[in-house]
Formats: sequence, structure tokens, C-alpha cells
Amino acid sequence: MNIWIAIGVTAFGCYAVKLVGLMVPAGVLERPLVRRLAALLPVALLAALTAQQTFSDGQTLVLDARAAGVAAAAVALILRAPFLLVVGAAVVVTAGVRALGG
Amino acid sequence: MTSAGSGLTLLQTCALSLLVFTGASQFALVGALAAGGGPFTAAAGAFFLGVRNAFYGLRLSQLLALPRAVRPFAAQWVIDETTAVSLAQPGRRGARIGFVVTGLSLYVLWNLTTLLGALGAEAIGDTDAWGLDAAGPAVFLALLAPMLRTGAERTVAGVAVLLGLGLLPVLPAGVPVLVAALAAPAVLWARGRKSASRGDTAEEDR
Repeated sequence: MNIWIAIGVTAFGCYAVKLVGLMVPAGVLERPLVRRLAALLPVALLAALTAQQTFSDGQTLVLDARAAGVAAAAVALILRAPFLLVVGAAVVVTAGVRALGG
Repeated sequence: MTSAGSGLTLLQTCALSLLVFTGASQFALVGALAAGGGPFTAAAGAFFLGVRNAFYGLRLSQLLALPRAVRPFAAQWVIDETTAVSLAQPGRRGARIGFVVTGLSLYVLWNLTTLLGALGAEAIGDTDAWGLDAAGPAVFLALLAPMLRTGAERTVAGVAVLLGLGLLPVLPAGVPVLVAALAAPAVLWARGRKSASRGDTAEEDR
């Protein structure tokens, strides 16, 4: 039963925050500062998430094969490679470094 | 799926994916329950991880311009991936298509893999060995790259990376990313001050 309570509370809370963002009235969003902020917030969040997914294992920072893979993806991006090639480069390089014992 | 191993039934595991649909929150909830946390403590941690979706919604609602009646249905799909894909599209039409396609395919795939995982069909073996764990950050990086056009965006991304990594070991899961979000108002404020001290009256916005 406890588990169902936890699932219910989490589902409600997570849905509510998702909806809150969408429901902010358009008038508020048209103010230049809010516009600018709303455009920059996803950049901050996605950048932090990308870094965390690359350099962390749980709550510890690690430098492993993923870093090499994501670095390869960055190089592919700078060379203007297509999306799938960028992701493919990350996967292949990570697997390669790991196979070599990285 | 990890949840099947931590005392959740098949039904509970699937309900979690169907109703919560925010990967990080689900893992946090399951982890906290498995560690013996109470239902409300566990839910609080999961909730923190979900808060960033509100910020995504803020941007998406401008971008997608959804009718009010549709928003409650669209809300469930407001997550990292759909935001990243929608923001990477040039026009409103593209953003809407990106949102729906990403939302639908992830929702279906996520729930299918949850079901298969809970049924014990983990026959693929160790996905990490194939380097697939690098695909997630690479996808985010590819979607993020076109957004880093101006100095403000680059500074925000740089500060957010430092905050996100620096605080990761010391704050509970989910909180570092929220603190990293403060990079956005901080950089805006700093740049506003700089242009004010130069005597610029023009708004920096394009």
C-alpha cells in the first residue's frame, strides 16, 4: 500500500509541475525579461544534465570512456556531421575505449 | 528495470512509467523505496527531480502556442527530450511535430521497455558494454549545440555545467540541476548590469 501511495503522490506532483509551466498566461510570457529567461533556462538545464550524464556515476564524478565518446560527438558537431553520425560517433568511441580497457 | 528488483509488483512498475513518465524521478522513487524510505520522503525526492519540467513548460508554451484545452494532455510529455527536440526545430510547425513525435515515441517505447524489463526479459545483456550510455549525453549535446549561438547562451551553458558537476557530490539527486538553472537569471542579471554601466539604453534582446 505504501508503494501505491508513493506512486500516487509522485505521479500527481510530477504532472502538476509539468502543467504549471505550460499554464503560465501568455501575458506574463510576453514580458521581455521573462521571454529571455524562459529561453535561457532550458539551455542551463540541458547543459547541466549533459555534463552530469557524461561525468557522473550516481553521486560521484568520474572520468571514463563516456567522456571520450561525448568528446567525439563534440568534434563531429564542430565538423557539422549529421545527427545520427554524432550519436554514432559517441557510441562507437565509448565502446571502443571500453573494449581497450578504458 | 531496476524497480522489479526492489519489491515493486509488475503492475506498480508499469503504473509508475505510465503515470509519472519522467525517468529520473522514477529511478529516484524506486531507489528511495528500496532503501527503506517512507512513501512521502521517496516521493519528495522524485518530485525535486521533476521540478525542472516546469521550466521546460514555460518555454514550450511560447514555442508551441497550444490551445488551453490541449495543454493538460500535452503536459505529461513535457520532459528533457521533447523540449530539446522542439527547441531544435526552426519553426512552430516543426516544433509541434517534434514535440508530438518525440513525446509519442518515447512514451510508447519507455512503457514497452518497462513492461519487458519488469517481465524479466533483460536478454540484451550489459548495454553499457556497447557504449549506449554515451548516446544520451551525445543526443543532448547535439540538440544543445544549435542553441549556443550567442555569448549569453554560451555563458549560461558554461556556468550551468560547472554548477551541475560541482554540486553533484554534495547535494541530493536532482537539486544540482535545479541550482544550475540559476545560471540563467544570474547571467541575465550580470549582462544587464554590464550594459547598464556602459550606458546602453537599448534592450539587449534581438
